[in-house]
Amino acid sequence: MAKRRVAFYLMTIPALLLFFAFHTFPALQGIYYSFTNWDGFSDSFDYVGFKNFVNIFQDENVLNSYVFTFKYAILTTILINIISLLIALGLNAKIKAKNFFRGVYFLPNILSVLIVGFIFNYLFANVFPIWGEKLGSEFLSQNILGNSDWAWIGIVIVAVWQGIAYNTILYLAGLQTIPHDLYEASNLDGASRWREFWSITFPMLASFFTINMVLAMKGGLMVFDQIVALTGGGPGRSTQSIAHLIYTGGFQGGEFAYQSANAVIYFIVIVVISALQLKFLQKREMDL
Amino acid sequence: MKKSTNWPVTILIALGSLLILFPLYMTIAIALKNPEEMAQSIFALPTGLHFENFTNAIKATNFFNALGNSTVITITTVVFILLTNSMVAYAIARNMKRKFFKVLYFYFISAMFIPFQIIMLPVVKVTTDLHMNNIVGIIILYVVYGLAFNVFVYTGYIRSIPYELEEAATVDGASTFGTFWKIIFPLLAPVSATIGILSCLSTWNDFMLPLVLLGDQDSYTLPLVQYVFQGQFSTDFNLAFASYLLALTPMLIVYLFAQKWIISGLTSGSIK
Repeated sequence: MAKRRVAFYLMTIPALLLFFAFHTFPALQGIYYSFTNWDGFSDSFDYVGFKNFVNIFQDENVLNSYVFTFKYAILTTILINIISLLIALGLNAKIKAKNFFRGVYFLPNILSVLIVGFIFNYLFANVFPIWGEKLGSEFLSQNILGNSDWAWIGIVIVAVWQGIAYNTILYLAGLQTIPHDLYEASNLDGASRWREFWSITFPMLASFFTINMVLAMKGGLMVFDQIVALTGGGPGRSTQSIAHLIYTGGFQGGEFAYQSANAVIYFIVIVVISALQLKFLQKREMDL
Repeated sequence: MKKSTNWPVTILIALGSLLILFPLYMTIAIALKNPEEMAQSIFALPTGLHFENFTNAIKATNFFNALGNSTVITITTVVFILLTNSMVAYAIARNMKRKFFKVLYFYFISAMFIPFQIIMLPVVKVTTDLHMNNIVGIIILYVVYGLAFNVFVYTGYIRSIPYELEEAATVDGASTFGTFWKIIFPLLAPVSATIGILSCLSTWNDFMLPLVLLGDQDSYTLPLVQYVFQGQFSTDFNLAFASYLLALTPMLIVYLFAQKWIISGLTSGSIK
């Protein structure tokens, strides 16, 4: 049996070492740098204590990026979950060409976020305004991405267009786990479609709802590729996400240590939100 | 219980699918047009097929080089993920009662909540110091970072496999590695399919890690090349869209042929 035990250690220890070296160690380093004033290039730097953290809470750009990221993440999470649940219900119904439509709705998920962003960037600038003009609306005939109040909605549209694909597949999988006789019983009882959805379908999807909410929210909080492709953070800094700010400030702005501190706060925020979501949503699962 | 086709839902689903297909139609149409045709109507079907957009895009972006890099990185990453991550998960799943493995399990899966941004800045420094800011380095990082999610999925699945199968093999004198390769690994096929598809998609389309890690232009991946040449395209949309289409095509082709398999692979893995 000892031999068996050695084999199990051999299977895991290389992975453990690599994971520590390339994940945990850099994370610890990031935390360490967050207490210094290193710019990322110089040979020397000083320990500055909590100065970076204090400054971050007074930094308008940071505050701005948090506000944008949160409103973006919350809106995309809600829209993605409502729309993908509706599509999954539709795809699960008795419809023609079911497999074809499943293929179409999942298609956006296989495409590069960056390239999809570039394509939509062009559509927002040159194609959608043509429709806006035809409708005679001055608002719709402008490039939404060029408007600092509304550019974030443009990014939400692209994220939802692409994000519903994966969540739809998960909901579809969830719908298939619901036993058919539940519906037969409710049919006998004469329950309405609406009642059927709220009393059977939705509660039975509880665990899939949890997963989808957490995944969509986490994805939203980490938004980066869409920003690069659609607005570059602009106009002004109106669509600069936290991830984008850490990247640009840290690599190009000489704020390596400062943005490391921002990343530490960002990490805490994501963990707290994911944990709260899980706690809250799983409690709902228990109540069934 | 045979119900007839639900036409209202079919029509709604069909209309919705147009919203998905429209941007893709525009991509293909613009890629095949020239500026004069664009001036007449952006929406119309292209009249002549302007394949020179594609040949120019291939030259401008060094397309085949990037395609080769993306292919090598993706295939190697997926193969190593399937072979190594499953093995780590096996060792953990069969030793959950031991403290070391239990701690290891939570150590790996807790990393799912760590945003890449927190390690992004230091990891670039570490990999550059080790001269790993190249294709080999990026593959290692993908495989290692895969552990967080894949150990979680594999472990759950392996724990549902009855122990007796392995005991029989052990009695027959098979080593632990032998048992894993000959008995467990083949049984993991459904969940490996799911993990393989997900890793393939995320590696192929990843933009951030190549952006911060790959210094040498010759090692650029497809998304990175699109990003770098974006400025050059800004005046010629037909060229830009030909280039986008070229970059999207490999996955579109794979999806066209393996669509059913990809979707069922993802669903079967998530039901479990």
